Amino acid sequence: MFDYLQYVRQENFPHIWCSGCGDGIVLKALIRSMDKLGLSQDETVMVSGIGCSSRTPGYVDINTLHTTHGRALAFATGVKIANPDLNVIVVTGDGDATAIGGNHFIHAARRNIDLTVLLYNNYIYGMTGGQCSPTTPRGAYASTAQHGNLEPPFNISGLAIAAGASFVARGDVYNVKKLETLIGKALQKKGFSLVEVVSPCPTAFGRRNRMARPVKMMEQLRDTVVSVEKWEKMTDEERKGKFRTGILKDIEKPEFTAEYAKLIEKMRPEE
Amino acid sequence: MDRYDVRLSGSGGQGLILAGKILAEAAAIYDGRNAVQTQSYGPEARGGASKAEVVIKDGEIDYPKAMDLDLLLSLTQESCTKYSGDLKEDGIMIVDSEIVKYPPEGSFKLYAAPITSIAANKIGKIVVTNIVALGILSKIAGVVTEESMRKAILARVPKGTEEINMKAFDEGWKTGEELLAE
Amino acid sequence: MSNDRPGKVRMMQGNQACAEGAIAAGCRFFAGYPITPSSEIAENLSVMLPRLGGKFIQMEDEMAAMGAIIGAALTGQKSMTATSGPGFSLKQENIGYAGMAEVPCVIVNVMRGGPSTGMPTLPAQMDVQQARWGAHGDRGVIALTAKSAQETYEQTIRAFNLAEKFMTPVILLIDEITGHTTEKVIIPDASDIEIVHRKKPDEDPENYLPYRLTDECVPILAPFGTGYRYNVTGLCHNETGFPTNDSHDIQCLIERLTRKIEMYEDDIIRNNELMLEDAEIGVFAYGSVARTAQAVVRMCREEGIKVGLLEPKVLWPFPAKAVFAMAQKVRAIVVPELNLGQMAREVSLASECRVPVHKLGRVDGRPIPPQQLVEKIREVV
Repeated sequence: MFDYLQYVRQENFPHIWCSGCGDGIVLKALIRSMDKLGLSQDETVMVSGIGCSSRTPGYVDINTLHTTHGRALAFATGVKIANPDLNVIVVTGDGDATAIGGNHFIHAARRNIDLTVLLYNNYIYGMTGGQCSPTTPRGAYASTAQHGNLEPPFNISGLAIAAGASFVARGDVYNVKKLETLIGKALQKKGFSLVEVVSPCPTAFGRRNRMARPVKMMEQLRDTVVSVEKWEKMTDEERKGKFRTGILKDIEKPEFTAEYAKLIEKMRPEE
Repeated sequence: MDRYDVRLSGSGGQGLILAGKILAEAAAIYDGRNAVQTQSYGPEARGGASKAEVVIKDGEIDYPKAMDLDLLLSLTQESCTKYSGDLKEDGIMIVDSEIVKYPPEGSFKLYAAPITSIAANKIGKIVVTNIVALGILSKIAGVVTEESMRKAILARVPKGTEEINMKAFDEGWKTGEELLAE
Repeated sequence: MSNDRPGKVRMMQGNQACAEGAIAAGCRFFAGYPITPSSEIAENLSVMLPRLGGKFIQMEDEMAAMGAIIGAALTGQKSMTATSGPGFSLKQENIGYAGMAEVPCVIVNVMRGGPSTGMPTLPAQMDVQQARWGAHGDRGVIALTAKSAQETYEQTIRAFNLAEKFMTPVILLIDEITGHTTEKVIIPDASDIEIVHRKKPDEDPENYLPYRLTDECVPILAPFGTGYRYNVTGLCHNETGFPTNDSHDIQCLIERLTRKIEMYEDDIIRNNELMLEDAEIGVFAYGSVARTAQAVVRMCREEGIKVGLLEPKVLWPFPAKAVFAMAQKVRAIVVPELNLGQMAREVSLASECRVPVHKLGRVDGRPIPPQQLVEKIREVV
């Protein structure tokens, strides 16, 4: 049995997440990935914004920075550029990263700065009470979309790919082993890497959308997730109502802090 | 010496702010006096009425903006009309004779020369209009030494353009001499 | 552009002097966003920082620039951003964060006319109250000002020193005139410049509390990556740095954020006084307007009107004691400023109704020329 205690701040438990929330599953997968890669707790920084997902840093015994709503990537960019030796992990949510922090999200991806972003996508603002987010599906119900959401959702992974991220993957909290693998790959990537984690919110989303029971949300995940490999072979008709998980993009391109180090080297006055 | 207030005016993009900096540096760094250069410009990078001001004094300069002008340079009609109100009765006005057709009336001394044309035709580059103007005004005003002006220009202009800028300054200086002789 | 020669006299505009001062203070991280009339600060530092192994980044917006300097500061770097009115408004969210989390950093605001986009290229002093109260919540604020390129150089260095000493964001307010005025600056020898670095913890990581309550009231935050693992948050927190809802802890924290500036007021506040001893009219002027006031003191004295000047170098904490002392000496106080009385209000409060306080507010994007202030003083006399 894996011993999590080395990595968690026991004094801060019990955690604030509701029963049935997927966020704890992501936290455990992240800890196992960190352990497998041997990331130093002293040299790892976790930066988050505001929301349920952004409470993750409070439970991890590393350097943690809980910032303002949407700005985690901006703070993280400062940390990483100022000290590129630090491993910087950003934990954020769909509202935090793609609504109020949308600009930072696309620009961090464009800059291809070496940050590992875990974006918990639960299709809703959980902490503030179930308001609709940029990923709430059209027609779904939310406390600010009580007649059904009129807006089309963002495809977060697609957004990151279009913006220039060098590694983009989507995972989910039902397929935990796969999630752990994806997080591990993201942590190893030198460049902007995103793992979009589909994580259910039974309290704020499920109850409004006929999935109040956490088990039901998990079953729905199980039934709608398709691997990228399988996805390729499916017809458009078969893809309806499903989404793919796995590595969506993995390329090599110049990373910002490495490029900056080269600039400093170039500027160094000749002895 | 008491304050000597200079205003260089024209439109955005004519290099007057650079000219102001050169004049101030000539006075402060190379002539060892005090000088303050300020500017006022519109939100746009080109066009509009733009001005750079230089105050030269031996002691400390408190109020940094030009007040009662000892010298006004105007390269456009608009700037001449807009900015000439503060010129002292015995001040100096230098205008581009081909562009400023209607200089204001007054007891000040008016010197008019085709500054822009000199840059375009005699030097072959309209971008050095500001340096031609500096040549003229430094000769006429006599408030900064010629040597310091040359040093300040060379320190400020882009590498590789030193020669053409010196030529522009010479041409301006010569024009200044002619204007004074008239 | 950078300069290491001792005591060298150079001509530079206030914005460049700010960049030079930052480098001299040990700033090695700058994040910014283009905005007139402050952009020359970023432009200069984009050239200078990489040469010194420092970092410069142009962020995607003003909030990001403010966030980035806080992140950098937490790794132990001295960090700075520069902006102007509209950008200053946008940065308030994270300035408040830096205040709450007690992260040292410097924010330069080269003030232009507002409200809103206002006058991008023209001077104003309309952000002086925003510097104090712009971000939500209660906390002490340090804001400095400068009237010349030389002072901008010196005050930028002081801003870093105060930030490091009191673990707080420090604001430097200059205006478009100061930012864009080119004049002589004497760059002192590096060994003659006082530089303050934030304290390092002297206990081992096991016993470390980032926000430990001490008599000094100033926390000691270890740089990230040095073995002290702790949490930083904008939520109300206790000594551990973790969020709390405990009423006692919260009361202590919020009171301390104000007290840690108030109790050091005498160290922080600096004023310049000119001919105040026998003055009958006191002028309170700051930033570029103080230069007008200096000229006016001399002009009025020549006319036989006894005018003196109180020129604060620190706007926040407000120099209430000096104002009160002036109010006991003079018959009236005149406050010329490039707004409609933002500091005049403070002067009125601090003078406790001893003397009338007259405002002279100019908000058309033009400086107050000496003649205008002389006329105001004649009217008051």
